[in-house]
Amino acid sequence: MVMPQIKDPIGHLEMRAPPNAVVARGVSKTYGDVEALKNLSLEFPKGQLTSLLGPSGCGKTTLLKIIGGLLEPTAGEIEVNGTPVKGPGPDRAFVFQDFALLPWANVLRNVAFGLELRGAAKSEREAIAEKYIAEVGLSGFEKAFPHELSGGMRQRVGLARALSVDADVLLMDEPFSAVDEQTRRKFQEDLLRLVQNENKTFIFVTHSIEEAVYVSDQIAILLPRPSRVLEIIRPAIERNKNVDNIRRDPEYLDIVDKIWAALRSYVE
Amino acid sequence: MTLFGYRLPGMSSLILWGLLWEIVGRSGMTFFIPPLSEVFLTLFEVIGTPPFLKALSETSYAFAAGVFFALVIGIPVGILMGKNRLVDELLLPWVNIFLSAPLTALVPVLMVLFGFGMRSIIITTTLFAIWIIILNARAGVMQINRSLVEMARSFGATPMVAFYKIYFWAALPEILGGVRIGVIRAVKGVIIGQLLISIVGFGALFELYANNFLMAHFWAVLVVLFALAFTVSEFLAYLERRVSYYAAKR
Repeated sequence: MVMPQIKDPIGHLEMRAPPNAVVARGVSKTYGDVEALKNLSLEFPKGQLTSLLGPSGCGKTTLLKIIGGLLEPTAGEIEVNGTPVKGPGPDRAFVFQDFALLPWANVLRNVAFGLELRGAAKSEREAIAEKYIAEVGLSGFEKAFPHELSGGMRQRVGLARALSVDADVLLMDEPFSAVDEQTRRKFQEDLLRLVQNENKTFIFVTHSIEEAVYVSDQIAILLPRPSRVLEIIRPAIERNKNVDNIRRDPEYLDIVDKIWAALRSYVE
Repeated sequence: MTLFGYRLPGMSSLILWGLLWEIVGRSGMTFFIPPLSEVFLTLFEVIGTPPFLKALSETSYAFAAGVFFALVIGIPVGILMGKNRLVDELLLPWVNIFLSAPLTALVPVLMVLFGFGMRSIIITTTLFAIWIIILNARAGVMQINRSLVEMARSFGATPMVAFYKIYFWAALPEILGGVRIGVIRAVKGVIIGQLLISIVGFGALFELYANNFLMAHFWAVLVVLFALAFTVSEFLAYLERRVSYYAAKR
């Protein structure tokens, strides 16, 4: 097996690497004869955002669901904070591509639903939900139903739900792909702030190269058939300077070009 | 519909049909159809009499019990069939057969198995209602958004919790649709049961009036029965509309 190389374009070699929140070791997943993942190993440093990037069919969502405990790997194992994953657990929370909101429940109950399933008392969980509704900028919409909200607002509800259970690891499955371009940019900026402020580990699935480079501390480029890690890139972009300047940073542009050069032959 | 600039309330056409009935009745074409006015006079005469009230309570009891069993068995079985492939393969052929079978022909068998009393009537009512309730609950569950189920699992829902917090609510619009049709079929079932198994309730009244050529009485009871069935069905349709806001957005 070829170990994925770790590339550090600027070279913060003197910085000590943070401990890993999630480790995937030799994970394989087959559906009948189809190999979705083959012997994949990957490390996700604590407190950072790691993107899984790749063309469709490269198994990135499958890997995310295995980490989430929603799918069982055919071989290999996942460790979260040193404990092997045997199913869904309170240390991980999911944000879904299609939001997965209860259409019959209002925003407050939707945000509190994760806590409701974990058995929190009504007053307690609603107080927590209120806090995160305000945090994602939806104050005043507590009594609204999902069908009354725009796509972007619905995903904010999904995000607030994932945040309110206070899990160490946030698993995001193409969370911004179903919202329009402007909302998406706003989301990316908010996500950067979230990674800085919350002491959480983010695993972020996307098929957008620009998005991955913009938001990630670490990008794992996956290739399809058979699925494998092509490369791990750690963009050294000064993020806390100004979010507006990131897209003009030469480092940002170089990495986008480089990833596209690596991926273009795999896109049919 | 509007007529000469006036908006007509719903079902105004019934007035027209009522008039036609009155005319046919007054012309004395057939003893089978007395004038509608006479039917309504008889109706007010009959309502409140002990035999009528007894028939009403017997029929309501059998109907309510029959529908109750159809609901508490039908909805969970339907949801289970929608969730579980194996259960579905096992039960679906039978549900489809019974849905389209002439159930009236089964009533004599039920009499042999369960006797001539209320029990057989309730079972007949349940048998008429349950199949469509099962099929609709199943269809409702099968179209559930998979990610809702994954969401519940990822936040730690046990299968039992997912059953009543996700599956039931997500399938509710279809379930209510099935319940409405099932209840209408249950009306059919309870009357057929009362006519064939033991002559009680409204079945007994129909039998009595028809045999004695009391056509006005016969029609009066029929009008009451239609009105009751219609009311129940409209009430369920109202509940269905209450949940339809999310039916298209799951």
